[in-house]
Order: sequence, then structure tokens, then C-alpha cells
Amino acid sequence: MNHRPLYLKILSASLLFGAWEISGRIPVSFAFPTFVESMSALFVIIKDGSIFVAYMDTLQPLFLGIFISAILGIGIGLWVGLSEKFNWLVSPIFIVMQAAPLAALIPLLIMVYGVDLTSKVFVVCIMAMPVIVLNTGNAVRNTPFSIKEMGQAFLGSKKDIIFKIILPSSSPIIFAGLRLGVSAGFIGAILAELKITPTGIGDIISYSRSVGDYPTMYAAIFSIILLAVFFLNFLERIENYLFKGNNKGYISD
Amino acid sequence: MNDSITNNIAVSVKNVSKNYGETEALKDMSLDFPKGQLTSLLGPSGCGKTTLLKIIAGLLPATSGEVIVNGVKVTTPGPDRAFVFQDFALMPWASVIRNVAFGLELRGVNKTERESIAHKYIGDVGLKGFEHSYPHELSGGMRQRVGLARALAVNADVLLMDEPFSAVDEQTRRKFQEDLLNLVKVEKKTFIFVTHSIEEAVYVSDQIAILLPRPSRVSEIIKPSGFKHKDADSIRKDSEYLDIVDRIWKSLRTYVQ
Amino acid sequence: MKLFGYKLPGMSSLLIWGALWEIVGRSKITYFLPSVTEIFNTFLEILPTEAFIQAVSETGYALMSGLFFATFIGIPLGILMGKNRIVDEILLPWVNIFLSAPLTALVPVLMVLFGFGMKSIIITTTLFAIWIIMLNARAGVLQINRSLVDMASSFGAKPWDAFFKIYFWAALPEILGGVRIGFIRAVKGVIIGQLLISVVGFGALFEIYSSNFLMSHFWAVIFVLFTLAFILSEFLAFLERKVSYYASNR
Repeated sequence: MNHRPLYLKILSASLLFGAWEISGRIPVSFAFPTFVESMSALFVIIKDGSIFVAYMDTLQPLFLGIFISAILGIGIGLWVGLSEKFNWLVSPIFIVMQAAPLAALIPLLIMVYGVDLTSKVFVVCIMAMPVIVLNTGNAVRNTPFSIKEMGQAFLGSKKDIIFKIILPSSSPIIFAGLRLGVSAGFIGAILAELKITPTGIGDIISYSRSVGDYPTMYAAIFSIILLAVFFLNFLERIENYLFKGNNKGYISD
Repeated sequence: MNDSITNNIAVSVKNVSKNYGETEALKDMSLDFPKGQLTSLLGPSGCGKTTLLKIIAGLLPATSGEVIVNGVKVTTPGPDRAFVFQDFALMPWASVIRNVAFGLELRGVNKTERESIAHKYIGDVGLKGFEHSYPHELSGGMRQRVGLARALAVNADVLLMDEPFSAVDEQTRRKFQEDLLNLVKVEKKTFIFVTHSIEEAVYVSDQIAILLPRPSRVSEIIKPSGFKHKDADSIRKDSEYLDIVDRIWKSLRTYVQ
Repeated sequence: MKLFGYKLPGMSSLLIWGALWEIVGRSKITYFLPSVTEIFNTFLEILPTEAFIQAVSETGYALMSGLFFATFIGIPLGILMGKNRIVDEILLPWVNIFLSAPLTALVPVLMVLFGFGMKSIIITTTLFAIWIIMLNARAGVLQINRSLVDMASSFGAKPWDAFFKIYFWAALPEILGGVRIGFIRAVKGVIIGQLLISVVGFGALFEIYSSNFLMSHFWAVIFVLFTLAFILSEFLAFLERKVSYYASNR
């Protein structure tokens, strides 16, 4: 009985890839290579190493930006959740950023800061931080009163109550915010690369498109999506490891 | 302060008032809680019993008056008092043993020591084997036992219980009441117990303080004594027990909306 | 937050930030940050121009079409996933993947397959919005109280009635929540689509303004976009609140 989820996962994966393969063979568009063609192209760029060079360029600002956004975002969110004054002052900015299409700012940022590491990190940060700050702030502010009172009753110091009670209690929502922030960060990084800078994985995508090498383009896209999925899965595992008691079953976002 | 009084009285509430803006939750309340006994605060909703309990615990500040615990005036939580919460207040992300040891953890006791203390009390409340379970895997009754073990583990003189059995089912509740009787005999602590159930109060208490609302005041103090030596099952049939329950019900009846 | 005893309204700190911006803008610290009043004046200038109106209508058209497809494909699929276990187990992993995957990476694919135009943008928008709409529709169906289902059959309700009189309303708050979030994502999608495809709508305008360094024009358009997105999302939140009065008591 335990095999069932695995069988179904394999089944659904093969369904999708099979559909891809078949539609590639139908002459709908010469720009739609089959699954097999794209995977071969993927092996080619793995073998000649160009994919790794590209990812060095992409991943540096991406991971740096995510790391900074997580630390700063949770820190600011914590402050927002604990202080009513700070919340009033700072939340509206993040609320506006959250609702608005931040992607529109990316061309501007590239104009202002050029095409180097700093600007890419900045792009990732402005895409990722709002949701992390808002989620953290909300969770902290809505920590059940009873459990904070318990901390007081058992003589917890302010620091204890924040780090041993409020933050763990908020962790499911904080992690949900982190997942959303990470996806937004990925979007920002790729957008920056597709739009202007001839670097990283975005460059492989744009270049191969411009010379009509569609299998490589699809291969590169496949690889970045795969990477994003693995990274998010990894985040989930970290959450489960740190906060085993939070996993009460299926929760989506 | 009379020395002989401080020897017998664990907690003394003197002229405590509590206002919330315009509302007077407690007005000039005075009450003594004898050492080593279980005193109930019994009354209908709105009579301020939980407010009084939290003031004694130091979780709420009194607007005026003072609370004296073992001869010392108190205004904040302290190692001499431990609290058991109505909704258990367990940390859902932590295992049972971590929850029980939490009071000790906050006091800086090292891990080995506090876990061994926690083990003892987990066994005492009947949860042996569940040390590494999580709250969501336990029933309501079991969760409250964790809360109780946590309060016992810090070894405070005074145990404050805020309607601790109201969130569990009836059968579990009865069992808890019987267990509480044993606990009071064994632990030699002072228990202050808030409840709105008359039967519960008369069953477990050495002394019942009946509180009435608007304005909140102690209307009378009853000391059931005749059936204390009887065993758990017989008490509920004892005629003094039934009389006291009836008496209290008649006097409280007019306050039920 | 209270000041002198008066409770300050929710977003009022934006006034302070706006004032700060004005000061920075006027002092001309950086060319890239004109003052708020300058931006506002430019906004009034461009508002009646043909380029702007066309951009707004093209964007609006793409947004509404994308959202239309996302809801009318997404909600039924989501409901199907909620009711049928096999469909759910096959589709759910993919929905979750595409929910958080950087969909931006797929835009080049669309450009290649569907060309550099409105079609690609609409599909981008749909792709951005559909996953969360599906997930929420599914969640709305999954949490329908078993008792309601029993109640419906005990009173002999026909399937059609049961769906439209009970299940639909029971799942509605969740579904609306999904549509609201889907809308925000659709806005991001339509912008990203335009940024990459840039011959249509605001994307085109951004190209023109940024390559000519018309900063206050650029900011004026950004403000307009942000404000529109914000207002529309608050409107959807308002609709959601109208039905959510029963949501927490379901």
C-alpha cells in the first residue's frame, strides 16, 4: 500500500513527459522540440560545463539575495510583530510592495546600478523580502496569548519568550513566507538575466533562443525549474527537521 | 504581621481591587489560603475568580491592595507559584518531555537534570511512555496531565489551577478529580483551584470560597470536613457532600442568567 | 498606533514616506528619483495621451482575459481535484511545482511558440494565476463539512441543487480567496510578460521611457500600476470579506 504514492508520482511524471515527447513530434511548431531532444541538449551542456559556468553567475546573487532577505526579512518581521509603532511605520510599505508588480522596477534598478552582482542581489531582495516580512509580522502578532502567558508564568525572560515561544510558534507561517519569498527571488533573478544582462542561465536561454537552438533553450529552462523545486523541497525538509511537531499532515502554503 | 498567622497561611490577599477602565472586576477583596490545603474559588461567570487567580500568580497587576505569599509581598510571577492553564498552553512544536521540563529550562537548569526531573513527574501523572510524543498526538485529558506535570516539576509551594478540568470530557474529569485528591495528600503544597462546578469544588476542596459578582466579593467560606477520610467513590454519595452541594446551588441560583 | 490619544488610520505612515520622497526628490540627490509632485504633474500630462490610454487598455485586456481563463479553467479543475482522489494524486504534485516555480523562465517558451504578442501575454497571465486558484478551489471543496453533505442527502437534494445551493457557497470563501491571490499573481504575470515581450502595453512604454531616461514618466507609470493593482486587490478583499462572515464558522 505504501508504494501507491510513488507509483502515482512516477505515473504523473511520465504522463507529463510523455505528453511533451508526443507534442514535440507533432509538427505544430519547429520551435517545440521533444522531451528526448531537450534532455539530450541538457546532457550536452552538462558535459561541456557551460551550464555550471552559467549557474555560477546566476546562483551567487540568487543565494546571497535569498540569505539576506531571510535574515533581514525575519528580523524586520519580528520587530513589526512585536512593536505596534514600528508596525504602523513600516508595514504599509511592504503591503504595497506585496500587492504591486515589483517586476516593473527591475529595469529601473538595472539602469541605476548596472549589471553587476550588487544589482542582482538587490533585485532578489526586493522581490523576496515583502512576503517574508509580512508573514513573519502577522505570525508573531498573532501568537496565541495563552502560550505567551505560560512563558511569563514560568518566569521566562523577554528573550526567552521571543526565541523559545514566539518564533517557534510562528515558524509554520514564517516558513510559508520563506517559500514564497524564495520563488519570488528566483523570478527576480531570472527576470534580471533575461531582460538585459548577458550572464548566467538567463543568457543561455536568451542566446539559444536567438540562434534557434530550441532544445538547449528548453533544457536550460527545465534545469532552472528543477533547481527551484529542489531548493523549495530542501526548505521544507529543514522546517521538518527543526520543528518536527509542526508537521501535522498536509498543509499547502 | 502575626507570626502564627504566617505559619499557617500560604497566600494572603488583602483588599485587592482590579479595574478595567470603568469596570470593577474585583472590589476590595480579602481572603486567606491555608498552607497545605486545597482552596477553591467557586462562582458564576463574571465573579472575578480567574482574575483573582492571575493576580495571585503575578500575571495581572492589581489596581490596589496586595498579595502576600509566604510572608513576602508579590507583584510578578515567581518560583514560589506555578500555574496550570485552562487551555493547557502546551507548545505544539515540542515533545512532552520538553514541555514538562520547560519551567526548569527557563530557570537555567541543565538538560540532564531537568529531563530526569521531568521523567519522574511524567510518570507521576500517568503518562509514562509518552515522553517523546507531541501534543497533537495526545487526547485532551493527556494534554492537561502534561500541563500539570510541568507545574509540579518546578516544585513551587503554591499551585494555581485555572479551571483545569473544564476542557476535558466528563469521565476524564471525574478521574482527574479523584487523582487531585491524592495529589493534595501526597505533595503537601498549597492548591488554589478555580472552578465553576459546584460538585467539583465540594469534592476536592478543603475550603471553598464562594465568590459572587457585581460587585465581586467573597460571600461565604465553607469547609467540608465530614467525608474527607472516605474513599473516592463513597464521597459522591455522602450525605454531607450532597447537602453542601445543594446549599451552594440554592444560594448561587439567583446569579445564573 | 495612537498619537495624542487618537488612533491613526492603517496606512497613514505612507504620508510620512511620501513626504520623505518629496524632500529627496527636490534636493536632487539622484537623477533617478524625481519629487512626488513632479511625478504627479507628469502623470497628469501623460494621462490623456494616446500611448498611455492604449497601454492601459492593452494591459487591462490581457489581465482580464488571463484572469478569465485562469478562473474558468482553474476553479473546475480545482473542484475536480477536491472530489476525486486519483485526479488529485496525479495533478497535485504538478500544481505545487508550478505554483512556486519561477514561471518567468517559461515566458521565452511562450514567445517562441506563440509569438511576440498579446497571445503570449494572455497565456503568461493565465499561467501565473491558475495554480493558486486551483489549489484554493480544491481546499474549499476538501473542507466542506461532512455534516452538510449528509444533511443535503437526508433532505433528498438532487445533485444539481446540492451543488449550487450548498457546496458552492460552502467552498466560496476559499475560492474567492484564491481568486484574489490569483489576481495579484495575474498582475505580476501581465507585467512580467510585457517586460519580456515589450512591444505591447506598459512593457513598450517602459522601454521607451527607460531608454530615453524619462524618469518622471517612468515613475508616473509605475505609480499608476502600483495604485491600480492595490485598489483592485483591496476591492477583491472587500468582496471576500462580504462572504467570509460565515467562513470561520463553517
